Amino acid sequence: MIEFRQVTKRYDSDHTALRQVNFHLDRGELAFLTGHSGAGKSTLLKLLMVMERPSAGEVVVGGQMLNRLPRRQIPYIRRHIGVVFQNHQLLFDRTVFDNVAMPLEVMGASPRDMGRRVRAALDKVGLLSKEKMNPLQLSGGEQQRVGIARAVVNKPPLLLADEPTGNLDPKLSADIMNLFAQFSQVGVTVLIASHDLALINEMGRRTLTLDHGNLIAGGTPLQGGPSGR
Amino acid sequence: MHHRKVARDSAGRLWRTPVASLMTWAVMGVALALPVALLLLLTSLQGVSAGWESSARVTAYMDLDASLEQTRKLASEIASDGRVAELELVDRDRALAEFRASSGLDDALDYLEENPLPHTLLITPEENARSANGVAALVTFIESMDRVERVQVDLGWLQRLNAMTDLLARAVWALAILLAVAVVLVIGNTVRLSIESRRDEILVAKLVGGTDGFVRRPFLYTGAWFGLGGGIVAWVLLQLSLWWLNGPVERLAGLYRSNFSLNGLSIDGALALIIAAMLLGWLGAWVAVKRHLSDIEPGEIAGG
Ligand SMILES: Nc1ncnc2c1ncn2[C@@H]1O[C@H](COP(=O)(O)OP(=O)(O)O)[C@@H](O)[C@H]1O
Ligand SMILES: [Mg+2]
Repeated sequence: MIEFRQVTKRYDSDHTALRQVNFHLDRGELAFLTGHSGAGKSTLLKLLMVMERPSAGEVVVGGQMLNRLPRRQIPYIRRHIGVVFQNHQLLFDRTVFDNVAMPLEVMGASPRDMGRRVRAALDKVGLLSKEKMNPLQLSGGEQQRVGIARAVVNKPPLLLADEPTGNLDPKLSADIMNLFAQFSQVGVTVLIASHDLALINEMGRRTLTLDHGNLIAGGTPLQGGPSGR
Repeated sequence: MHHRKVARDSAGRLWRTPVASLMTWAVMGVALALPVALLLLLTSLQGVSAGWESSARVTAYMDLDASLEQTRKLASEIASDGRVAELELVDRDRALAEFRASSGLDDALDYLEENPLPHTLLITPEENARSANGVAALVTFIESMDRVERVQVDLGWLQRLNAMTDLLARAVWALAILLAVAVVLVIGNTVRLSIESRRDEILVAKLVGGTDGFVRRPFLYTGAWFGLGGGIVAWVLLQLSLWWLNGPVERLAGLYRSNFSLNGLSIDGALALIIAAMLLGWLGAWVAVKRHLSDIEPGEIAGG
């Protein structure tokens, strides 16, 4: 599903965020991406979203080489990737429903289809009763779940999360992680950047560790682990 | 489908900030009404001068010693030219009598031993020879004839104005273009502010796979709606000024026994004005979108 081949990302001539990173993730695999602050976790996710381009090497998503992807093709790649951020990027000028509907709206889905799929996504994160509320009326954990519903509403084969539990308490964080695990069980490839080591260890999944832009662990899949089904 | 929703949505946004929208509409309306009013005035003037063109007249003065016989011969020669519609011969005696009657210099003229006036030919050019070039050619032709002392072209004031309408039209078009550019810039700036205020929405739309076209669309509609409002304001301004000016203009035209009247905008003209305004609004929005939308990329929101 995802493959990095000798990927290097330099922001400035003297500042390298990723150095010759190699790994690949299979369909339905759930993996964590960890490392100190500034290790390059967000950069790696941005390469997958084509928010940044690699300085060297190749990034492949779903068989598509992203390196030379023309600018106007980028939106179509992003429609196959769900993203969740720590600052969940919800819009407070519209309802929960309309926030979750955005990925469908950019695809030009019909209102009927939209209603059905938005409610299915909200149901999955347990917020079906709050579709008409403004996100501001929700708690932090609920807002994060709205963000997740938006990320999965069009059933993307790949789900990326950058510090999705950053400012949630451990109980809520565990809930969120279980949600991600459920998605991977139905075949979604999930990559979660996090520095919450306690939580990561508890999940016992494949963990990619970055250190100053070098991938120092997790480059090859766990043998016989719970992932890679 | 999406177009209709976005169109409705952008109209709704303008509606919800009525004061700001009205200001933009008013600015646009004034900027559009001004050149259109001038163009209407110009076409009104052109209509009038067409009616007065019949007064274009060429006067040929003969040598003082040309005989009436010679003048008659010349007159029939000139009258047979295809470019001449009408020719009147005023012999020197009649010319003097008319001058006496009109000048009031009756007594003074008695002191003259001899009639100082020559025989005169009053020539009205044919319709198709009434252009500046046509008249000039006719003048050269007559001047070249024997015994003709001097040829003079009589232009009425309206014809002089007619000669100037070309220049005026150019000036008005230049003004129209300048004001159209101003309209595009005003709308561009207004839309730029709108883009700034919807930054988060643009970021999210791009993040979830919105194409440039999708992200652009609401702003282009906003520009077109500004144009629609501006066009309607311009039309209302034009109708108001027409209504306000019509009475006095009719009275003035009556005094000069002119057929002059102010032309209003026809239905077609009004539609063209409004469509042009919408296009200008759309263009303004497009300029803003082109310049500012690509600056908003979801790169920074992923966090460091
Ligand atoms: N847009 C950018 N321009 C320049 N340097 C950047 C940019 N984004 C990130 N960096 C740098 O790249 C390195 C990796 O950053 P990042 O991928 O955000 O790390 P992490 O998410 O692991 O904290 C950091 O040193 C950061 O300062
Ligand atoms: Mg980060």
